[in-house]
Amino acid sequence: MCNTPRPRLTGLLLVLAVYVLLLNGCSKKDESTSPPPPQKVVIQNAGSDTMVNLAQAWAEAYAKVSPNVSIEVSGGGSGTGIAALINGTVDIANCSRKMKPIEIERTKKNTGKEPQELTVGYDALAVYVHKGNPLSEISIEQLANIYGEEGTITKWSQLEIQYAACANDEIIRISRQSNSGTYAYFREALLGKTSDFKLGSRDLHGSKDVVELVSSTPCAIGYSGMGYATKHVKMLKVSKNTGGPSASPSVENTLSGDYPIARPLYIYSLGTPNGEIKKYLDWVLSETGQSIVSENGYVLLPKE
Amino acid sequence: METGTKKPIDPKQQGRIYELTHSPGQFAESVIEWIIRICGISAIVFVFGIFFFVFREGAAFLFGGLDLVQFLTSTEWYPSSVSNQRYGVLALIVGTISVTILAMVIAVPFGLGAAIFVSEFCGPKLKEVFKVVIELLAAIPSVVWGFIGLQVMNPLIIKYLDAPIGLSVLNGGCILALMSVPIIVSIGEDALKAVPDSYREAAEALGASHWQVVYRVLLPAAKNGLLAAVLLGTGRAIGETMAVLMATGHSVNIPTSLLDSVRTLTATIAAELGEAPVGSDHYQVLFIIGILLFTITFIVNLTADLVIKGISTENDL
Repeated sequence: MCNTPRPRLTGLLLVLAVYVLLLNGCSKKDESTSPPPPQKVVIQNAGSDTMVNLAQAWAEAYAKVSPNVSIEVSGGGSGTGIAALINGTVDIANCSRKMKPIEIERTKKNTGKEPQELTVGYDALAVYVHKGNPLSEISIEQLANIYGEEGTITKWSQLEIQYAACANDEIIRISRQSNSGTYAYFREALLGKTSDFKLGSRDLHGSKDVVELVSSTPCAIGYSGMGYATKHVKMLKVSKNTGGPSASPSVENTLSGDYPIARPLYIYSLGTPNGEIKKYLDWVLSETGQSIVSENGYVLLPKE
Repeated sequence: METGTKKPIDPKQQGRIYELTHSPGQFAESVIEWIIRICGISAIVFVFGIFFFVFREGAAFLFGGLDLVQFLTSTEWYPSSVSNQRYGVLALIVGTISVTILAMVIAVPFGLGAAIFVSEFCGPKLKEVFKVVIELLAAIPSVVWGFIGLQVMNPLIIKYLDAPIGLSVLNGGCILALMSVPIIVSIGEDALKAVPDSYREAAEALGASHWQVVYRVLLPAAKNGLLAAVLLGTGRAIGETMAVLMATGHSVNIPTSLLDSVRTLTATIAAELGEAPVGSDHYQVLFIIGILLFTITFIVNLTADLVIKGISTENDL
């Protein structure tokens, strides 16, 4: 019948062509970070999704400062980074929350080294809504009522706004997967240690995804690092109590403590850092390293 | 071959017999036979090996500590709660089943229809184009499908169906359907192609129309192959992880309509296994979900086997 071997061959070639294109796309990225001089030191770095852009920017800038050191950055969440630190597969882990005592214990048991904590900057968690949303400020109380297990706010009208673009008035809660440091911090900031989020939120897998989904969904509310803001979304001012003074997420408000949901960002290393790792971490805390922090929308360490 | 030597034979054939009996193949043949045998056995060993390891990781918590009734009937999935961890997967099971059923409702008619069209109705030129396009469809990585769900389908569903959010059973089902159609088409088309041409010729000689040939002769003759195509498509839909993680909204929720968000078993494992400390309850529960998925696929395959057996005994009568 009409079954010649040619269509399969053509198909295969097309698929190959696509793959080659994809591979090219990938390898271009690698060229900048991995020229092959001898005795190259590779520092493995994994962890917080909030910090992955920042860590990438550090790695790229550091490649110019010290070309014989290559820093391989991956994201996945603070929990993922810590798990990798416990297994000894990374040298340093980015973390947007503190390590739990049990995790420190496990690291000691598995690798024989105690993880060392280093604060490298601060991140303000912004509460995002669609840019057409008339709401401009929200309180921690209200957020707890929206996200919390015992919360009662499910409609935008309960926040005393009329929102026509969201036809059925329902608040679509956008959250993060539960291994994210952002999730853990936001839950603690809203509900303390004893309560949980209401089920049924849309749990996304990345900081950027949250902002993108909010920008395309009129009814949505979501939270993510303020570094991820785009012009298609709106950041709400946040107050501690309903009716109280509110502050917008900004560098000044974070440092002054007026903005209530901001947290430190950490880098954990295995044991006291030495050699190239120590040099890298010192550079991160230096003026150049810290300027990259603010360029990426995070808050740099206060000058002593 | 002994009888062959008694008769006078031409030298050409003699040479061939000589090659057959005296070639150095005998030893090589038995080696090859063993290699093939090992390949066959290894498939079984791997399956049992994987099952054993998945089971071993989850066993301690499965038999000590986990309330199995609560596990299967509760919708409360709070694995990383600080104060009160609860492991109930009912919502995840319902999520997996709802998305898979919707995907199959869409993919089976389209897939089988396309297979019949490609194999029986279209001309050779069009067929070439079709096969290339379908193979290309199969080559799209699942993350890309997930992005399509998140970035393309989500705004469309919000706009045209007036839903508050477009990440839903409908979105996930459509994406999964698109992912399983290529499998159903290629395997279904192979099954139809395997029906001997003499069947078609005989039916046409009896005056059957083109459609009658397909409906009365080809479909019954290729039944088992088509069922296998559908089942492999279903397997793809149940097992898919990344695309459903992004397209369904990943929300622990029992759906009441097609526009509700859900979360599937596979997506839960993908999203949470990286975080769970090795050996913790959460880690073990994720492996128990793995056992559950194993059981579901086993039941699907067993049912299929029984159905195929049922069909073939019917044919024998």
